[in-house]
Amino acid sequence: MAISKSRAYAREERRRRLGPLSVLTHTALLIWTVLVAVPIVWTFLASVKSEDEIFGNAWSLPASLRFDNWGRAWEQAHIGQYMVNSIVVVAFSTFGTMLFGSMAAYVLARYRFRGNRAIYLLFVSGLAFPVYLALTPLFFVVQNMGTIPLIGQFIGLNTHGGLVLVYIAYSLPFTVFFLAAFFRTLPGAVAEAAFVDGASHTRVFFQIMLPMAKPGIVSVTVFNVLGQWNQYQLPLVLLTSDRDKWVLTQGIADISTAAGYDADWSALFAALSMAILPMLIVYTLFQSQIQKGLTAGALK
Amino acid sequence: MNYGRMRFVAGFLVIPVALYVIYVIAPYAQAFYIAFTDWRGVSASPRFVGTENFQRLLGDGIFWGAVGHNLLLLILMPLLTLVIALFFAFLLNAGGRGGTGGIWGSKFYRVVFFFPQVLAIAVVAVLFQQVFRPDKSGMLNAPLIALGLEPIGFLSDTDVAFWSILGVLVWQAVGFYVVLFSAGIASIPRDLFEAASIDGAGGAQLFFRVTLPLLWDTIQVGWVYLGIAALDVFAIVWVMTAEQGGPDHSTTVMAAEIYRNAFQYFKFGYASAMGVVLFFFTIGFAALALRLSRRERIEF
Repeated sequence: MAISKSRAYAREERRRRLGPLSVLTHTALLIWTVLVAVPIVWTFLASVKSEDEIFGNAWSLPASLRFDNWGRAWEQAHIGQYMVNSIVVVAFSTFGTMLFGSMAAYVLARYRFRGNRAIYLLFVSGLAFPVYLALTPLFFVVQNMGTIPLIGQFIGLNTHGGLVLVYIAYSLPFTVFFLAAFFRTLPGAVAEAAFVDGASHTRVFFQIMLPMAKPGIVSVTVFNVLGQWNQYQLPLVLLTSDRDKWVLTQGIADISTAAGYDADWSALFAALSMAILPMLIVYTLFQSQIQKGLTAGALK
Repeated sequence: MNYGRMRFVAGFLVIPVALYVIYVIAPYAQAFYIAFTDWRGVSASPRFVGTENFQRLLGDGIFWGAVGHNLLLLILMPLLTLVIALFFAFLLNAGGRGGTGGIWGSKFYRVVFFFPQVLAIAVVAVLFQQVFRPDKSGMLNAPLIALGLEPIGFLSDTDVAFWSILGVLVWQAVGFYVVLFSAGIASIPRDLFEAASIDGAGGAQLFFRVTLPLLWDTIQVGWVYLGIAALDVFAIVWVMTAEQGGPDHSTTVMAAEIYRNAFQYFKFGYASAMGVVLFFFTIGFAALALRLSRRERIEF
């Protein structure tokens, strides 16, 4: 009784002290909200402005909504093509990362064999390497893969297959690190029961352990989708010459450099909006999952 | 049984380990060798030149400028991001209405603050290129020009450009750490806040005496993440600034110089030597951070 009374008192006391501050609190929070939202909203507005309006005062509103900018960006600036390329690459590479990453993590977490620790450390050490050190040799590794008979044409330079394999490889350290920790925490009783019933190791993994690890799998998938979708450096090195193969980030960066000469500024803003919009929609729909996934990733 | 088990382990590891060794380990290993050659990509066999590349690096003013910028980012980007994020996380959670489940609208703020985090860094770079435009169609300069003031060359003034970059990096990072710290604060038992309130602690004391010490582990994780991110800055500089690191090298960073020397000048040996230096910076920072953060954990 005394405790609940003092709790109520504490809450009251805190409200009394902090109450007048709450106006200030909301002011501060709203200022950052504006700082975050305005550049994005402003880009959407610019995407339906005419060229003259874009070169006019930055804070003017568009006189009419010119959605033809969006059409030009999609068709002529190839944003549609780049977006499809990004979706294809990220779909395959995230799937591959999760499949191979969870397989390796599972075996390393739950099986004892010679070399287990060494392989685990090999994977985890990749977390600390700066990717820029490897760029040059990586370029030649991928180039050499292209000379392999039969499959080379799918995994060499300027191929989506090559980029997918590189994305998978560079996503493995974090994926293995995180999922191994996760698999270690799972109880073994269910798996043992399945073994007694005659299930194979492979079957136990896919039908029992993988579903049990779902929360961890979802978190890491979110992390990998975002990371691979937003990747700019690796495609810049590995998809240089063939513009039809470019991913979205490359396309956007290129329009901004080319806009100096071509000067289709309206299309640039439309392209930017097209790159931003799907991410904002997906994020808003799954925001709690994405926030949880990313913070869990940071805290492990 | 045992035979099947070993076959299973090997079968699950072979693809991930192969991908990882081919695309990650081998390039890193090669990079250390290439750093001691004068390889320019054309000759079949690189010529071994000992430490020549490293000696030339010592006299390379542009590279040391880049190192300086990275070190400045290494200090300022985590500092600013963490301070701003802590401030907002505290306002969202412990401030306002007595700290029970966060203030009114805290979910909305958390969702919006996080927006920049899901945007590709290349997209953010193009976005801010437009925000910073030097004429009246730039968001920030439009009001200055309207007031009859001199426009600021956010990206064209050698004294200002670096700070513009820093601003964008902080703008993008804050939201994630607000969410991370909010999760951390939410896990602190409410009794501690209440006990402190009863003892007469105000808002500032609650923050410095309760929240901050109990959040210390999470803050350190954030510091390590931001530090590594500061050493890896590339797309913002490469896409956003004139001359890709300009004007007059005032914004260039190690990653940009590595990329420029490798893929524009084709000085693969020299670029790899820079990569080796970056590698030691990163490893050094990680080791230092781990050492400093070895502190007794507080259990709730």
